[in-house]
Amino acid sequence: MVVVRFTPNLARQTDAHSCEVQGASVREALEAVFEKMPGLRGYILDDQQAVRKHVAVFVDGDLIVDRMQLSDSIGPDSEIFVMQALSGG
Amino acid sequence: MKKRHLYLGTRKGLIKAEGSGKEWKITQASFQGVSVPMFLPDRRDGRLIAAVEHGHFGTKLQASENGGADWVEMGVPLYPTGEPEVICAMSQRPIPQSLEKIWALEAGGGDEAEVLWCGTIPGGLFKSLDGGASWNLVEGLWQRPERKEWFGGGMDWPGIHSITVDPRDSRHVTIAISCGGVWDTRDGGENWNLLGEGLVADFMPPDQAGNPNIQDAHRVVACPSNPDHLWMQHHNGIFRSTDAAKTWERITTANPSDFGFSVAVHPLDPLTAWFVPGTLDDQRFPVNASLCAMRTRDGGKTFEALRTGLPQEQAYHLIYRHCLDVSDDGEVLAFGSTTGSVWISDDGGDSWERISSDLPPIYCLRFG
Repeated sequence: MVVVRFTPNLARQTDAHSCEVQGASVREALEAVFEKMPGLRGYILDDQQAVRKHVAVFVDGDLIVDRMQLSDSIGPDSEIFVMQALSGG
Repeated sequence: MKKRHLYLGTRKGLIKAEGSGKEWKITQASFQGVSVPMFLPDRRDGRLIAAVEHGHFGTKLQASENGGADWVEMGVPLYPTGEPEVICAMSQRPIPQSLEKIWALEAGGGDEAEVLWCGTIPGGLFKSLDGGASWNLVEGLWQRPERKEWFGGGMDWPGIHSITVDPRDSRHVTIAISCGGVWDTRDGGENWNLLGEGLVADFMPPDQAGNPNIQDAHRVVACPSNPDHLWMQHHNGIFRSTDAAKTWERITTANPSDFGFSVAVHPLDPLTAWFVPGTLDDQRFPVNASLCAMRTRDGGKTFEALRTGLPQEQAYHLIYRHCLDVSDDGEVLAFGSTTGSVWISDDGGDSWERISSDLPPIYCLRFG
């Protein structure tokens, strides 16, 4: 299972909590997260469903490349971190 | 004396003040640490609505039914996906299809209890028919070809900062855009008319100065008891309309300055309006670093500078466009500054009392 973890700053604003989902891409994994926590979508993605300008998404320690489509592939045991960028504060 | 509530949307949360006469105190803070660019007290049901702008996680709308003690997240305006890009003529860059900022929130008419209007940067107007649970982009305005001529004034992108709903006819809504002129609809948002004959933009070449579509209205307010009578603080001066924004008269008698961002009109007397003037558009601080409000009681024929109680030396307070308000009965005025001060007057502006100088930069101020 893919593990998705969130910055504590997001958890303070929403019901975000670490969870396990399935998916072959970042998009698939996050869509699975949003099914569990629908209120989270607008905090991570913008109107065009791209990653918000001041949010950073890592897969197994590396920043994702495709912030628009979220097509970066992930492994069955990958770990996704949704963090805040240091810009935007 | 009647107790009143004043709400301040600030860089660090929504702050509430309560008081009467000259006795006021800060009593409550919500969303501490988070920016609140806009706030609406809905007179129809007593609900409070706050735009809460998280630096990293975007703008949300929150509603309270108990005076700000508890808040529930509402729906938020979203720009639709899959629409073709529109290139801004001024910047030659595509206008974002994404909510950058909520810059106006207004209640619909008394006969349409669930209607809310929301003006945004980058220039989209949104309407809710269900009290804010969901929002729809007003396509009749967004699809107008004139939109590509709009541009940002101070901000990167154009924004709708003023929305007035005609108390005689809720389908008649007038908006102002910085920089995109003044528009109205007579059918609740389906069709839009570009207004503004008589407005003058000195920041444009002479042959474009009268183009209504690029005017930089900083703030437009309509007199509730006489809705055809509007006041505008414009980038290039003060204008007044007596025919529902169709034509505007440039007011040249302002003293000490006709530059500023905010304007308030007396709810019962369309000839009385208040401003907080500043120095020139590229400097933006009180004239001679001496803070005053400014009042006309005769429709702009004459103005008085109101200084009693305001700092007169080395004062650099700037008052943003949504930071001057008058109570519904016209008896109390307040304004708040980028420097975190709030002043209040219970005598029509003749004298002012500072109720705090310790607040974050203030983005909007409204009586509850």
